[in-house]
Order: sequence, then C-alpha cells, then structure tokens
Amino acid sequence: MTAATVTSAARAAAAASRRGAPRSAVARDRRERAVRAALFGSALLSVATTATIIAILASETIRFFGMPGVSVTDFLFGTTWAPLLGADKHFGIWPLLCGTFLVTAIAAAFALPVGLVAAIYLSEYARPRVRAAVKPALEVLAGIPTVVYGYFALTVITPFLHDHVSERFGTFNALGAGLAVGIMILPIVASLSEDALRAVPRSLRDAAYALGSTRFDVSVRVVVPAALSGIMASWLLAVTRAIGETMIVALAAGGMAAMTLSPTAEVQTMTAYMVQIFLGDAPATGVEYRSSYAVATVLFVVTLGLTLVGNLVLRRFREEYD
Amino acid sequence: MAPPPTVPAPDAGLAGVRSPAQLVAATAPSSQGARRAVDRGFLVLCLALTALAVVILAVLLVSVWRDGHERLGAEFLTNYASRKPAEAGVKAALWGSVWVCAICALTALPIGVGTALWLEEFARPSRLTSFIKLNISNLAGVPSIVYGILGLTAFARLFGSVSADAPIAIGDPEGVLYLKLPFGNGVLAGGLTLMLVVLPIVIVSSQEALRAVPRSLRAGALALGATQWQATLSITLPAALPMVMTGAILAVSRAIGEAAPILVLGVPLFIRSVPQNLMSDFTVLPLQIYNWANRPGEAFHELAAAAIIVLLAVLLTFNAVAVVIRQRLRTTS
Repeated sequence: MTAATVTSAARAAAAASRRGAPRSAVARDRRERAVRAALFGSALLSVATTATIIAILASETIRFFGMPGVSVTDFLFGTTWAPLLGADKHFGIWPLLCGTFLVTAIAAAFALPVGLVAAIYLSEYARPRVRAAVKPALEVLAGIPTVVYGYFALTVITPFLHDHVSERFGTFNALGAGLAVGIMILPIVASLSEDALRAVPRSLRDAAYALGSTRFDVSVRVVVPAALSGIMASWLLAVTRAIGETMIVALAAGGMAAMTLSPTAEVQTMTAYMVQIFLGDAPATGVEYRSSYAVATVLFVVTLGLTLVGNLVLRRFREEYD
Repeated sequence: MAPPPTVPAPDAGLAGVRSPAQLVAATAPSSQGARRAVDRGFLVLCLALTALAVVILAVLLVSVWRDGHERLGAEFLTNYASRKPAEAGVKAALWGSVWVCAICALTALPIGVGTALWLEEFARPSRLTSFIKLNISNLAGVPSIVYGILGLTAFARLFGSVSADAPIAIGDPEGVLYLKLPFGNGVLAGGLTLMLVVLPIVIVSSQEALRAVPRSLRAGALALGATQWQATLSITLPAALPMVMTGAILAVSRAIGEAAPILVLGVPLFIRSVPQNLMSDFTVLPLQIYNWANRPGEAFHELAAAAIIVLLAVLLTFNAVAVVIRQRLRTTS
C-alpha cells in the first residue's frame, strides 16, 4: 500500500507539472486563489438555498396573514380547515396536522420495528450469502420512486384492506396510504440501523458471548443499546421523510381535511393540500393559494426541527469505542 | 424476561464502555431452556419480517407488471398522452425526464463536488465551516415539495424581477438556443429545481468519497511541491472518483423519480410535444404516472402501470450504466 501510494503520488505529481501547471509562482498563486473562491462559492450556494427558502416562506406567510378573513390565532389553534368553501373559509391548521400525524404514525408503527428487526437480522444473524441477496432487495425498494408506492397503495393495498379486513375502507383511506409510506421508509430504517449496528466493535460481542450469552442476548441487550444513537437517528430521519412524503398521500389518502384518528377515514396531509392547490386553478393571488405557503412553513418548521433533533441525538448519545 | 438478579445497571445503554459486571447483569440468565427458546423465537421473527420486505417488493413488481405489460410496445413510447387510453403513450414525459435529469446532473455534479472539495480539502475548521456542514445536513431533510416552492419563486419567476407577461427573450422560440427571462415552467427551471433537491445527496456522498482517500496520498503530493489544488486535482479527486460517481448516479436516480417539486412549478398536465430548447414546456414520467393513476377507470390505471414499467426500466438502465462506469474508473485508476 505505502509503496504503491508513493509511486502513484510521484507519478501524478509529475503528470501535474507536465500538464501545464503554471511555471511562475505568481500565476500559480493566482490560480490557487481563483479555485478557492469558486469552491467556496459553491459551498455558499447551499447556505443561500436555506436562506432563500426561509425568506420566501416567511414573506409569503406574512402576506397570507395580512389578508382579510385570516388570523394567526385561527391558523395555529383552529380545528376547521375549509379553504375552498365560497364565503365561509376557515384556516385552522390542525386537521392537516392531524392527517399528517395519522399517516406518519401508521407508517412509523410499521416501518420502525420491522426495519430495526431486519437490520438486526442482517447485521447479527444472516449468513453472507443471505445478506448478499437481501441487501440488494432493500436497495431496490429504496430506489423505487414514491409515486409508484402511491399507485401500489391505490391498486393493491387499499383493495386488499377493503376485501379482507373491513368494508369500511374506501378508495382513499389513511391506513393504505400510511402502510405505503411505511414501505417507502422501511429501507431507510433498515440500512441506516444496520450501519449503526455493524459499527459496534466485535470485542463487545465477543465479551458477551464469553459470558455465556445467546445470540439474542448479544444482539438485543448489547449491540442494540450500543448502537442506540444511530438507530434513533435513522428513526428520526425516516419519520422526517414520512412527514414530507407527497405523492403517496396525494394519490391514496384522499382530499378531506378532517380531525380524525380513524385509519379507515379519508384524510388530507399538509403535503397533499399543497398538491391540491398547486395543481388546481386557484389564482396565484388568492387566499387559498397563499395559504399553501403558510402550510409549507409549518411543514418546513416541523421537518427542520426533527432533523435538528436527529443531529443532536447522534452527537449527544454517541458511544465512542476507539 | 426475568429481572436482573444482583447488579442493577444504571443507564446501561448510555454509559461508555461497560464493565463485565454490567454485561453479566445485562445478559442475566433465567433458565438455559427459556433463553434458548427466546433466541429461537427471535430468529424466526427476524426471518419472517425480513422475508416480509422481500415479499412486498415481489408483490409490487408483479402487480405492476400484471397491470401494465399489455400496454407496453413501441407505440407506447412514441405516442403522446391522449384522452383515448388506447392511443396514449409516454413520449413527452420520457423526453421531458431525459432533459430535466440531464440539466440536473450537469449542474448538481460540479456544484456538489465543488462544495465537498471545499469542505474536505480547503476549508479550515471554523464556525463558518461547521455552520455550512450543519446547513447541508438540514437541507437533506427538507421535503422535496418545499424545493418546488423555491424553484417556482427563484427560477420560474426570478423573484418577480421580470414580469412574466413581458419576458426578456433572446433567440428564436423554435430554435435550440432560445432563452427567456423569467424561465417560466420550462425544462431549465425543472432541472435546476431538481438540482437543489439532490444537491445535499451529491455533497454528502462526495464528502464520504474524499474522506476515504488515504491522508498519505495528499501528503505525498504536497511534499513533492504540489499546491493544494494540484494535489486535489491530480491525486485526491481521481482516487475518489468511482465513489463520487456512484453517489452522483444515486442522486440523479432520485431526481428521475421526483414528481412533487415539478408539480409545484405548475407544468401543464397535457403535453403533446418534445422539448426543443431550455424554455420548452415539459412533463416528467412520475408526474404522468400520477395523472393517470389519479383518474378513475381501469384503462388509465393500466397506462399508469405501463408508465411505471418504463420508469423502472429507465432507472435500472441508469444504475447498470453506473456500475459499468464505476468498474471502468476502478480498473484505470
């Protein structure tokens, strides 16, 4: 490794000097500075992106609250979301939050435990051959566009629920959409949790085995607690993705904003409302159109909060073993 | 399970390295037989749940194929969308996806790799650097539909700086080099919006690729008198390139499947043309799938399934190309 490293470094350095690296130190310095500036500029673009998102959402939301018939208290505490009804419009965010929560809770209830168990299996139990077969399957699941899961919910999951579970499941329902979102986030949980589990040093497992543990004891009582920060971070990331998921809920959850926690009910999430507005014919200056920016602001704040908590968990509860 | 017999292990999960006593407590034996049974039971649970994931994938693929394969054919790829299901095809959506993803890849790759190079090779540890890093990890968590709002305001409308009713136009609207300000909902606005969506993915994967290059390589180049940029360009970047490309391909695959940000841009739902230039109207495959799936009626669902097969085929081809590129780069470098 070292010998190869040195020769390849020498070769490349020679190539660099041949490839017209400027002879004068001044020219070299100037180029160095130009490159630095360009790279720094691209790094700043990501900061500009965040700043612009916040600026747009804030200014449009403030304009929305300045419109007649809209009030901040109604928006934050109101329990009726009826933006499209002629004269009697209501903008209370809670039905949309409730719909988002319901779909996300169903998805999480399915994907977090199943994903973790799959991760434990892949990391602690599976033989290399099985692993080599299952991992690509999870990667394929992770690569499938979300609109495909929406179609799956609409044409497979919901008809199955209607025929085999309860007649009360209509064309659009929270459970079908939630399960599809759960399938979508399952590979995120499985693969990130597996990374966390595999990062736990061998010596911990060996010590536990030496004390007479079974494989279950080692996996669940030693490895999982040691990898807890990574597992929790993967859960939070998955939940964030579920909250922001758009196409599945737009296709399969329906379009009725309702304060309900019934899995058979038709619900509308924050993202699905935004789809309804941006696809519809609402005039760009109208109050309904502006309301979608206020909803986007809530969505942004919620997901940003979860991401920040995720980062904090990773840093705060990380176990160092080196 | 039976409670630990002797040593209570206070916050066993969060402490640093555990003492043997704590380990004993954590793996408290109840009875040999019971522990074996739990172990067996858990293995069965593991197998069942992992198999469930594989079965779901199989059911998904089979049901899509069953619904859609009869619609597939050369005409499905060469016909435009139509009100009559029998004549409908994905030509406009397929070419729209190609244009938009090409723009996305061509812009996201240099900017993403540039950012990663800055963070890993040039930036000194400072408040600004850690702020940029935190910011990127936060951007990765922003829902894609929010990027759509950003794209709509920043690209499609240029913050309202130029009126859409009186655009500044350069060139012939029918020609290849036509440009106008603001961009409107053309392929350029779509591609740039998707660029913002996938940029965090490109940056993070490129950072990981650069970090995997041994320090000694850089040190060798610098010791031979290379400047930071020379060392980066001729040593570090080539060594990291296979991993960088892998990340980039994953990112663009994500872009191919995104419908939400494009939808927010307000692209027309019914298009019977292929993009001519950067300002052309377009739609993309995932959005076409959404439109068909959203309509009642068996015929449109079949069209949606057929379009899904096309989309998955495009993704598969793309990933195959990625594997080939990766192998090439690995053997030559």
